[in-house]
Amino acid sequence: MIGLACEQLAKIFPGRQGEIRALEDVTFGIEAGAFVCLVGPNGCGKTTLLRLIAGLTPPTAGSVRINPAIMDGRLPAAMVFQDQGLFPWMTALENVAFGLEAQGVPARQARARGRDLIAQLGLAEFESFYPYQLSGGMRQLVAIGRAFLADPAILLMDEPFRALDAQVRRLLQDELLALWERHRKLILYVTHDVEEAILLGDRVLVMSGRPGHIREEVSVPLARPRQGLGRDAEAVGHLAGRIWSMLEQDVRLRMRPAL
Amino acid sequence: MNINRIGAARMQRIWTPVLLALLGLSAWECAARLGWISNLFFPAPSSIARTFVELVLDGTIVGHLASSGRRLFLGLLLGTLPGVTLGLLMGWSARARSFLDPFVAALHPIPKIAILPLIMAIFGIGEASRLVVIAVSAFFPMLINTMSGAIQISPSLFEAARNYGARGLQIFGRVLFPGSLPSVLSGFRLALNTSLLITVAVELVTARQGLGAMVWLAWETMRLEQLYAGLALMALLGIGFNILVRWLAYRLVPWQEDREG
Repeated sequence: MIGLACEQLAKIFPGRQGEIRALEDVTFGIEAGAFVCLVGPNGCGKTTLLRLIAGLTPPTAGSVRINPAIMDGRLPAAMVFQDQGLFPWMTALENVAFGLEAQGVPARQARARGRDLIAQLGLAEFESFYPYQLSGGMRQLVAIGRAFLADPAILLMDEPFRALDAQVRRLLQDELLALWERHRKLILYVTHDVEEAILLGDRVLVMSGRPGHIREEVSVPLARPRQGLGRDAEAVGHLAGRIWSMLEQDVRLRMRPAL
Repeated sequence: MNINRIGAARMQRIWTPVLLALLGLSAWECAARLGWISNLFFPAPSSIARTFVELVLDGTIVGHLASSGRRLFLGLLLGTLPGVTLGLLMGWSARARSFLDPFVAALHPIPKIAILPLIMAIFGIGEASRLVVIAVSAFFPMLINTMSGAIQISPSLFEAARNYGARGLQIFGRVLFPGSLPSVLSGFRLALNTSLLITVAVELVTARQGLGAMVWLAWETMRLEQLYAGLALMALLGIGFNILVRWLAYRLVPWQEDREG
């Protein structure tokens, strides 16, 4: 069953030196409950695509459809931002519960569920800490917890681990996979890290340079659950090589200064 | 050892100014007793302190303080509430800002004491006029600080709140207001000082009761001990306000990384 379908999405931004065509003819579908990653060169419109799907910006053309069967009165899409997504004036617990409270769940109930989730994430002793008292990794974990607890039809993640060091990132990838195994939400995860995409996703959508469109879809044949996976290095390396060969030309183009 | 060093640094921070003040006061005391400076204009600190205690005991200071305190409180209230409300509105809505900004820019630079005659022409000679001038003096720092605080809230936080389904009042209560609160407090710190200044100024000119009136009367009757006692009281008030604002910041914005300053 298709959960999310994007058809011929396009986004054009008006600019001072003519319009910027960020996205063009983006068409893909994602099955309900699937974890799909989106990779592409920097500036190819990955973030723009997520914002279109989240309804934060309207598309210039095309449509985003979320299957009513997985909506079922839920929030259509929750977004996890790269950074700065947490409210500095709320504790970890208040932040986690915010997604529910914003949808009208009574505060007490929302916080009780928030407390459970925070415990699942191993952050129980930090629930009354403010974001400035948490490490970068904990902050992103709280942001992800908030998104899961809000129980949206689909989850959108915009390079949530970008600012973290490689070791912490690895830990959080496992936490994210564990959460996903429990909840089986449809996730669209944007990253520029090809290996991360392979490690997390059932499929990897490869985007072209600007104007971005889906160049290819690669399915990832690694077994699940993948947490703590010895990470079948050979298979990952092989896939990464394939995906990189699709990206390389666009990245090279991107590297050259504009003439 | 580290803790000891921090403790020592703190002791030093507190005691150095106290020691310096004591040193200065003793020098003044000696100079006054030895007749090096005029006792009429620079009475010895000990006689100022004695006068101060007398004024407290006979209720003079209490009465003046109560009048000034009441004025300050009501004026602040009258200025702060509309200042914060309008500041939040202007911070939230770009349209409101572009509409109201010219008025703020034009009215804000006028020294507030200069509008006292106009206010008295409108509200009459009496307490109402005094309160209005104090309120106006508190209004602008509250408005401007609240507005800039609201503008500085990261747009991505509003976006996140909307993304989770928050609307209207929820955005106001959980994003706009708490996000502006640190600036509201720094506005309040400014407003307190400005209002104290304007309260005393208004009392110098128009009132029979209040710290300004007390100081003015002391000058007119050449009782400079009383004048100094009044000034000392204002200094104490200023220090008290500082402590109040710090305490408020500690209570209201525990989430700020840097709550000092």
